[in-house]
Amino acid sequence: MRIRAFTAFLAVSVAMPFAAHATDLEVTHWWTSGGEAAAVAELAKAFDATGNHWVDGAIAGSGGTARPIMISRITGGDPMGATQFNHGRQAEELVQSGLMRDLTDVAEKGKWKDVIKPQSLLASCTINGKIYCAPVNIHSWQWLWLSNEAFKKAGVEVPKNWNEFVAAGPALKKAGIQPLALGGQPWQANGLFDALVISVGGTDLYNKVYKDKDAKVAAGPDMAKIFEAADQARQLAKGSNVQDWNQATNLVLTGKAGGQIMGDWAQGEFQIANKKAGTDYTCLPGLGLNQTLTTGGDAFYFPLLKDAEKSKAQEVLAATIVDPKTQVAFNLKKGSVPIRGDVDLATANDCMKKGIAIIAKGGVATSTDQLISADTQKQKEDLMSEFFNTSISVKDAQKRFVSLIEAAD
Amino acid sequence: MAKSVAPGRPNQFLRNLNSKIACIPMMLTALVIFLGGTVWTVIYSFTNSKLLPRATFVGFDQYERLWAASRWIISIQNLAIYGVLCLIFSLLIGFVLAALMDQKIRFENTFRTIFLYPFALSFIVTGLVWQWVLNPEYGVQGVVRSLGWESFTFDPLYTPEIVIYGILIAGLWQGTGLVMCLMLAGLRGIDEDIWKAARVDGIPMWKTYIFIVIPMMRPVFITTLVLIASGIVKLYDLVVAQTSGGPGNASEVPAKYVYDYMFQAQNLGQGFAASTMMLLTVAIIVVPWAYLEFGGRKRV
Amino acid sequence: MSDTSTLNATTAGIDAMSPELKVRSSLNPGPRGRRPKRVLSRRNIFLYGILGLAALYYLLPLYVMVVTSLKGMPEIRLGNIFSPPVEITFEPWVKAWAQACTGLNCDGLSRGFWNSVRILVPSVVVSILVASVSGYALANWRFKGSELFFSILIVGAFIPYQVMIYPIVIILRELGIYGTLTGLVIVHTIFGMPILTLLFRNYFASLPEELFKAARIDGAGFWQIYGRIMLPMSLPIFVVAMILQVTGIWNDFLFGVVFTRPDTYPMTVQLNNIVNSVQGVKEYNVNMAATLLTGAVPLIVYFVSGRLFVRGIAAGAVKG
Repeated sequence: MRIRAFTAFLAVSVAMPFAAHATDLEVTHWWTSGGEAAAVAELAKAFDATGNHWVDGAIAGSGGTARPIMISRITGGDPMGATQFNHGRQAEELVQSGLMRDLTDVAEKGKWKDVIKPQSLLASCTINGKIYCAPVNIHSWQWLWLSNEAFKKAGVEVPKNWNEFVAAGPALKKAGIQPLALGGQPWQANGLFDALVISVGGTDLYNKVYKDKDAKVAAGPDMAKIFEAADQARQLAKGSNVQDWNQATNLVLTGKAGGQIMGDWAQGEFQIANKKAGTDYTCLPGLGLNQTLTTGGDAFYFPLLKDAEKSKAQEVLAATIVDPKTQVAFNLKKGSVPIRGDVDLATANDCMKKGIAIIAKGGVATSTDQLISADTQKQKEDLMSEFFNTSISVKDAQKRFVSLIEAAD
Repeated sequence: MAKSVAPGRPNQFLRNLNSKIACIPMMLTALVIFLGGTVWTVIYSFTNSKLLPRATFVGFDQYERLWAASRWIISIQNLAIYGVLCLIFSLLIGFVLAALMDQKIRFENTFRTIFLYPFALSFIVTGLVWQWVLNPEYGVQGVVRSLGWESFTFDPLYTPEIVIYGILIAGLWQGTGLVMCLMLAGLRGIDEDIWKAARVDGIPMWKTYIFIVIPMMRPVFITTLVLIASGIVKLYDLVVAQTSGGPGNASEVPAKYVYDYMFQAQNLGQGFAASTMMLLTVAIIVVPWAYLEFGGRKRV
Repeated sequence: MSDTSTLNATTAGIDAMSPELKVRSSLNPGPRGRRPKRVLSRRNIFLYGILGLAALYYLLPLYVMVVTSLKGMPEIRLGNIFSPPVEITFEPWVKAWAQACTGLNCDGLSRGFWNSVRILVPSVVVSILVASVSGYALANWRFKGSELFFSILIVGAFIPYQVMIYPIVIILRELGIYGTLTGLVIVHTIFGMPILTLLFRNYFASLPEELFKAARIDGAGFWQIYGRIMLPMSLPIFVVAMILQVTGIWNDFLFGVVFTRPDTYPMTVQLNNIVNSVQGVKEYNVNMAATLLTGAVPLIVYFVSGRLFVRGIAAGAVKG
């Protein structure tokens, strides 16, 4: 304890020798890739500017590694000041058991109900009429990122949608280019599949399967088509021996792979590598097939703390996160869409603008993180990860998918 | 308490009092953590606890789901393959190396250090290094190919069928040095006279090892078995560092299933059910043995 | 005593075997003479050949680590992993130690090193003290039920740590020491206990019983015998325990990450963070340097005390 107090003292005295009332707030998150780290630096800067101090608690290795640690600490009675979760159902039970802080006052002061768009974001922060999280960005999964260079090398035109991409697969292969880059972590295969469901199958199908959990639809011919498409993707993804999503993005970035289906956070990697949308790479929201994006994303949750000063700092941080200036700075770096419609993103690049336009037009669907539980999501990940890496048949996979949806909650 | 129950023998409780006091941490660990934690886990495996434990009992639902999950089946198979092979090869390699080292060789210290040093490294480090050595582009495969053998394929970490052997190679690398050390210590403990007698009788060396020396080394083998076997059941870090369970689910292991479902899927009940199955397996194998070995000779 | 009984059984086995051998040897008299030198040298080729090959297998990864950590990224992408560096650079080492980033913290492993030391020292000391006393009690002062506790402890060695995390989180929370150094030391003591107690118990049981008896006749009590007689005689087993604990605790990742906070993360957690924070391309050279830096402490402990380790193992494990 003494050691900790001492280090804390040291950190304060070194970082902010002038601010006597600076409160340290430890913030945990899993933003560790290049683009992510740059974005989180913006948040920290904005928070430090309020006279408090952001103590960074990054945990590498994606949310799957980080969340267990965060949850253990919150339930173990040693909570951090604030923590990232994907907004949706990940923190539901923590809230229900009274471990998280009610932010309703802050929200009312900041008029969150009016400024946050789409409203579904705030809805998933709301439990029993109280607001428990501050959404920070909107992420959508349905993006196909293409390397213009790769297609030039293969001698085919840059595809305009997923179907054209599939058709161009053989040409890419011939040119010695990996057609589709896909990292080995299970959530990536899972995300790709869900992107196919909504972009190839349409919003109706997506809602019936994931929102209504209709097992009949899941077993039906429309879903069978999705599994066929996933099978094509599986063929195209064969041979991309990478683990992390940004390594896969890097394959596209360097022209070693033709394309990747990945959420809009991939944008941040292109930006950091100084690639230009349109000339170096192409992005196709909705996989070029339809104009709907899911509005998942990240949110900050604030554990209930005993320390009054820290609690105050939590309020400041929550307000800072939703603040228009922070929203612009953060989301430009992160490649995601701001959570409010009233900010000016003139400096955003073409891809981001496309995304913002779609969301502004109302082409939105709720993300799977909000619709199904972490448990079902994990089972889906297991299934997809197996599907994409073995040769289990389309039929078997669909059968297992159906029983999974039947039991989903 | 002791006095009121058995007033005639007050010494029973006070006897070895200091020893009992000294053993309090051990007793607490055994009772509260290992026994208590286990019982707690088993009880909650019959509930539908999600992120937080809650006592809503659902019978064997979690177990039914567990055994219907293909990932769990794969995990069990992998652990079986890994366990059996790891046990055999650890003992075999460890013993052979120890036997060779016991031939009054030169540079014994050097060899021993070389064989033992990987044990100083964590599984995380071991996994990373072997992931790198087995990397198809830069590692062994790439090098052999660049030497002119273009069709050479040695790519265990990206081939679902054999990925578990890739993990085995790394696991053996890390652990066999310690086994060798234990075996060597055991061999050194054997009386020189026995060797002399065997030599005088003209018994071939290999026969002496198998029929005379190995049976005499029973205690060493037991300590070694405890070490290897407990390591096998706990196999987790190595897999996480080397393959993260991939490609697909091909190198998943039970401990990882437990962890993933407890914390990532936020389904404690499922994770507890899986860990109860692991405990059951361990119990079936270990408890009778532990009882015989450590608890069953009270009258001696 | 049960331990000595095994011992006795073994010696009894030897005794039982030896007469038989002696009988046979008397039936089969005649000196066999020295083996010819030629056979010996062929034997040597075989012997050293196999040992050499094995050594290669064990050394290869270390070689790869060192070589890779001294190369620049362009060279890694071109060359093969076994070729020595064309141009030696220490930049990856500097980067791994002081500059590699996780999130916003760009001070590499350096911070984690001292955290690890702070965790290591008390954890090693406490866990060895507790386990040695338990082992001593089990070996020399058995009481009713002591072996039962020990059996539970040994079975506990097989329980995957993951299973125990949740109950421990709850217990530490109730004690109010979750997230503190004390909590972490307790966790390390708990999980080091089974194997250490086994080793200590076996070692103390192998010491001549007469010593213990003589001390008791002289009126020495539990702690006196422990402090004056057992401790001074147990250097080898303490070395083994120390080595096992230093490597185990230093290399621990799971407890380090669950039971600490970012400002007290041990080195392994930071290693994981560095290796998994891929910014752009994976920097294999930095990863390898970080790996070597993290492994340096246990490696040095091994290289320095390797011989004692073997001697201690011989004492603690053989006479089970």
